[in-house]
Amino acid sequence: MSFSINDPALMREIIMDNYQNPRNFEKVDDPKYITIHMDSASCIDDIYIQVLVKDGIISDCKWHGKGCAISTASTSIMTEMIKGQSVSKAMQMMDEFNKMLADKPYDENILGDAICFATVNRQPSRITCANISWRGLKKALEEEDKKHD
Amino acid sequence: MIDVKKIRQDFPMYRKDSKYGNLPLHYLDNAATSFKPYSVIKAVDHYYEDISANAHRGDYPLAHDVDVAFEGSSNIIAKFMNADPKEVCFTAGDSMGMNQVAYGLMPILKEGDEIVLSFEEHASNVLPWFKVAKLTKAVIKYVPLTKEGRITPENLKKVLSPRTKIVSLAIVSNVLGYLLPIKELVKLTHEVGALFVADAAQSIGHLKTDVKDLDVDFLCFSSHKMCGPMGLGVMYGKYDLLDKMEPVFSGGEMNARFNSCGMVSLEEPPLKFEAGTQNIPGVMGLAAACQYLEQVGFDNIDAHERHLKQMAVEGLKKNGNAVIYNPDSEAGIITFNINKVFAQDAASYLASKGVFVRSGQHCAKILPEFLNTQATVRASLYFYNDEDDIKALIEACKHAEDFLDVFFN
Repeated sequence: MSFSINDPALMREIIMDNYQNPRNFEKVDDPKYITIHMDSASCIDDIYIQVLVKDGIISDCKWHGKGCAISTASTSIMTEMIKGQSVSKAMQMMDEFNKMLADKPYDENILGDAICFATVNRQPSRITCANISWRGLKKALEEEDKKHD
Repeated sequence: MIDVKKIRQDFPMYRKDSKYGNLPLHYLDNAATSFKPYSVIKAVDHYYEDISANAHRGDYPLAHDVDVAFEGSSNIIAKFMNADPKEVCFTAGDSMGMNQVAYGLMPILKEGDEIVLSFEEHASNVLPWFKVAKLTKAVIKYVPLTKEGRITPENLKKVLSPRTKIVSLAIVSNVLGYLLPIKELVKLTHEVGALFVADAAQSIGHLKTDVKDLDVDFLCFSSHKMCGPMGLGVMYGKYDLLDKMEPVFSGGEMNARFNSCGMVSLEEPPLKFEAGTQNIPGVMGLAAACQYLEQVGFDNIDAHERHLKQMAVEGLKKNGNAVIYNPDSEAGIITFNINKVFAQDAASYLASKGVFVRSGQHCAKILPEFLNTQATVRASLYFYNDEDDIKALIEACKHAEDFLDVFFN
């Protein structure tokens, strides 16, 4: 889907849709998946990210747990974005996403639906909600990396 | 009666026309911390500007003046809670005090002895006991709550036994705001020969505290929730108990003398619990806070908070889109959720209207099991809040289902 941040109505709709119908919301019991638990004292979010990496490709990504609208929608969108991508492409997406949240120039095309979080930094305290799953993904990919060391 | 307009002139946080940047300042997070009046800030500054020296050790007039100021402050604080100054030990805050009490009471605990807590305790009155229970093999018991979340003497009786050694409860819960019938609970606790520890963090700035009348054995609180400086607290204990209790921290000031063989003779309470240089400006500020609150008057504070709380509860009920978990509790704490809106989304929407509240579990992480919700929004009041703050809260809550407006409008 292609849309721009000049269409706030659509951005809202995407967030609400992913909040109410989160994608890839499922608990996996397969030990081949790397599971990362994201929670903290200051935040209510309690989210598990599960990633399956095969030959440098993220072949699957699932998640479960509880979070606010922003973290839920962002996690849902992230899982859709990274499935089937190479690890390096996923890392690139993460970099662009973080640039966007930090109000720096970023590549809109690589982010797809995730650009609906472009204005989340209007409330700086919510940036950590928008990137909680991406931070989880980073940890998961680092774990994966350690396996091959 | 409280004249909020006049009161706000005492608080620098309100000096910019009760605004925070471009937002109106409707500060409703007083259970987390309170604003500080000029008199407290002035008392702290007085130390730094006029009498900067250490206490208890100098032979020169400046150091003597610090001793006088420190002891004078200590006396004011002791009188504020009707304690003897020898029973008032300064800590870094409520958590540190509760840790000292918990670890200090370890020698009275044996395997199978019981420590009684409740589901609505703050982490500072749960986690130290978890550790101490593990070390001593004592058992933690929880007072059952009534359907609405109260702790009653009848329910305490259900868990008290000859094995109960300690009952540790908050006088006012920081989530639901129920005021405990503390005197009755203390009496029941003493009848089985156990000690009563009171966590006064949420009550000390809102209700008159008289440790002798309550007959509690220990009582801890933080200064910052009662208009006093940050990073300071008080651990009160009955003198004979303090005298027997071992300090957790050792260091300067708390010993009379020691030698290379390991012989240490400790100072008497409260000094033996005050290792290291004390937060002297903080203590001076806390004394000023005690005087300030007494001048405002606890009856006035209580009546004002109850009035505002009732107004908030009625308004939220009228809005029709909120679940209120504690409509009838005594303290100025309103814990609620807006239908279909996650607590943090609601709180962050309220923030965009200048209504500053807290979302989460409020450090009482066992309570969600009882309330059956992951998280709640908490608005907590103090005497400098006014009806406009409550109107803003009610109005913002009315529209909180549109929480994404924050990002797109």
